[in-house]
Amino acid sequence: MAIIDPRHAAKQLIYEKVFRSATFAAAILVLLILGGVALSLILGAWPALRHFGFGFVTRSVWNPVTEHFGALAPIYGTVITSLIAMALAVPTAFGIALFLTELCPPALKRPIGVAVELLAAVPSIIFGIWGLFVLAPVLQRDVQPWMIATLGELPGIGSLFQGPPYGIGIFTAGLVLAIMVLPFIAATMRDVFETVPPMLKESGYGLGATTWEVIWNVIVPHSRAGMVGGIMLGLGRALGETMAVTFVIGNAHRISSSLLAPGTTISSAIANEFTEAVGDLYTSSLIALGLLLFIITFIVIALAQWMLSRLERRAVRA
Amino acid sequence: MQVLNLKRILYAAVAVMGVQLASAAEISGAGATFPYPIYAKWADAYKTLTGVGLNYQSIGSGGGIKQIKAKTVTFGASDMPLKPDDLKAAGLLQFPMIIGGVVPVVNIKGIAAGQLHLDGTTLASIYLGEIAKWNDARIQKLNPKLQLPNTAIAPVYRSDGSGTNFLFTDYLSKESANFKDQIGANTSVDWPVGIGAKGNEGVANMTSQTDGAVGYVEYAYAKQNKMAYASLTNKAGKTVAPSAESFQAAAANADWAGSDSYYVLLTDQAGAGSWPITGASFILVYRQPSDADALETALKFFAWAYKDGAKLAADLDYVPLPAALVAQVEKTWTTSIVANGHPVWTGK
Repeated sequence: MAIIDPRHAAKQLIYEKVFRSATFAAAILVLLILGGVALSLILGAWPALRHFGFGFVTRSVWNPVTEHFGALAPIYGTVITSLIAMALAVPTAFGIALFLTELCPPALKRPIGVAVELLAAVPSIIFGIWGLFVLAPVLQRDVQPWMIATLGELPGIGSLFQGPPYGIGIFTAGLVLAIMVLPFIAATMRDVFETVPPMLKESGYGLGATTWEVIWNVIVPHSRAGMVGGIMLGLGRALGETMAVTFVIGNAHRISSSLLAPGTTISSAIANEFTEAVGDLYTSSLIALGLLLFIITFIVIALAQWMLSRLERRAVRA
Repeated sequence: MQVLNLKRILYAAVAVMGVQLASAAEISGAGATFPYPIYAKWADAYKTLTGVGLNYQSIGSGGGIKQIKAKTVTFGASDMPLKPDDLKAAGLLQFPMIIGGVVPVVNIKGIAAGQLHLDGTTLASIYLGEIAKWNDARIQKLNPKLQLPNTAIAPVYRSDGSGTNFLFTDYLSKESANFKDQIGANTSVDWPVGIGAKGNEGVANMTSQTDGAVGYVEYAYAKQNKMAYASLTNKAGKTVAPSAESFQAAAANADWAGSDSYYVLLTDQAGAGSWPITGASFILVYRQPSDADALETALKFFAWAYKDGAKLAADLDYVPLPAALVAQVEKTWTTSIVANGHPVWTGK
């Protein structure tokens, strides 16, 4: 029988307590910071919200001269650019991740993997400058005239691709965002796919399943939760991205039917105007924009959690 | 023994650092981004000369006004002069420091720098979307000798709040009643047409990329990038080209002496040689400073910059204040800035 030295036990107990409270404090700190951010945003936004009421969210006017502010155009721009980014980045990231884990020759695996991770490390200002000086001229000269001539003539969705080819605008911002979030989604998906137990895959192959069947019937169902997590990570970055978007979106407080037209997002409007904003209502309105972004991001995360819990429940039932 | 030695060295090092910190006085300021390059250059030259450094944060005019009101800096800087009432309420004094100009630039095939001529109402109509083609009769009338193409006009504006925006919109508001009613003058405005690009570099790039574009940038930027600028009709009805001389003419023709608290906008000034989109960048200090020594150090720097900084300013295509105005500003320092019943600035 082992005898426990009471002094040693007491010491361990103290360690335990200290460690527990230290980790607890760290966890609480996050809550405190978040609460502080929310509180200061609400306090800062209060004058604007009181002045404009709910109309702040539903009106698209943004006139610093007459001090009439409404957030609809930046909200619209934020959501649409992020949707474009997701529509382009998610399938591509899915392809990259699948290729890297399932199909890639071992010699290529590392170089491509490292390239994806390096892409994630490029600062956003670089993407902005690249978007403005390299991508925008190409889009303006070659891509957008073609889009206007072909897609713009289609019934229904045609109105999304009309107007003059500026090179910059909502579509360009979405495209640059897609490139920026791609590595995050791809890297997460790859890591998730790698956690699929080889036994499951080999069992699938052993039963005579093709690669295609193994991917869709074994790997994807097994990794659903992680995939949603990766997509949400990317979406979070797309919603909040500031510098790169500011460079290429055209910065107009307007809601246009065409994706090629200039627009604005919440974060780019703040970046553009906060430095020289004079007057309480103006600055307060910009802070209110920040509060809205906070709320939108919160909604997105809540949705992701809800989807994850639904997936888990379904998985348990199955 | 060794430990002791190390300790001694450390103490000595700390002591030396302390002395250095104490002797190297720093002037602290914050505000406008437009004059930042010249303030930085002046600060550099002044530091080698006197050992006194300048810590200037170019966080924007709005931020500069907030910081001086919060008394975290010795001076604030703003591209937009504060109204006399606001200054009085805050106990602040403002004075002009440096002059700059805004230049309309165009990208029309076959039109070189200085060839196109515009006036305020036409430019306002373009930015209101009322003139959509370059061969519009109103533009053609101003340029009877030019062969203007049937190209759509793509107006480009500064998306970030800036003194450049303020000067440009203030000029157009003075020239066009429509522009004043529909848009007005501010550091950011609600443009009905066109696309917004960030910073001078953004506007310049967008303008040079887009066929038929018109934009406006700071003079230094237009000059250094050899952009196709347009000449303008000034208040006296004369055609002027942007240059250091025409900016200085606007500053010299302004009625500074009769102004309250130097609240003078240099846009649309009278005088045959005045460039109509000229503006001054302003400094804000307290009339009754809590730290008189710090303010005196700052004023010495400003006096040096007025006197010896002109050449450096010209190198960066900024325009120094006319001599008469400098004398007037320094007189204002003596009469208006008081600490403990004594003027902070005595001119020495």
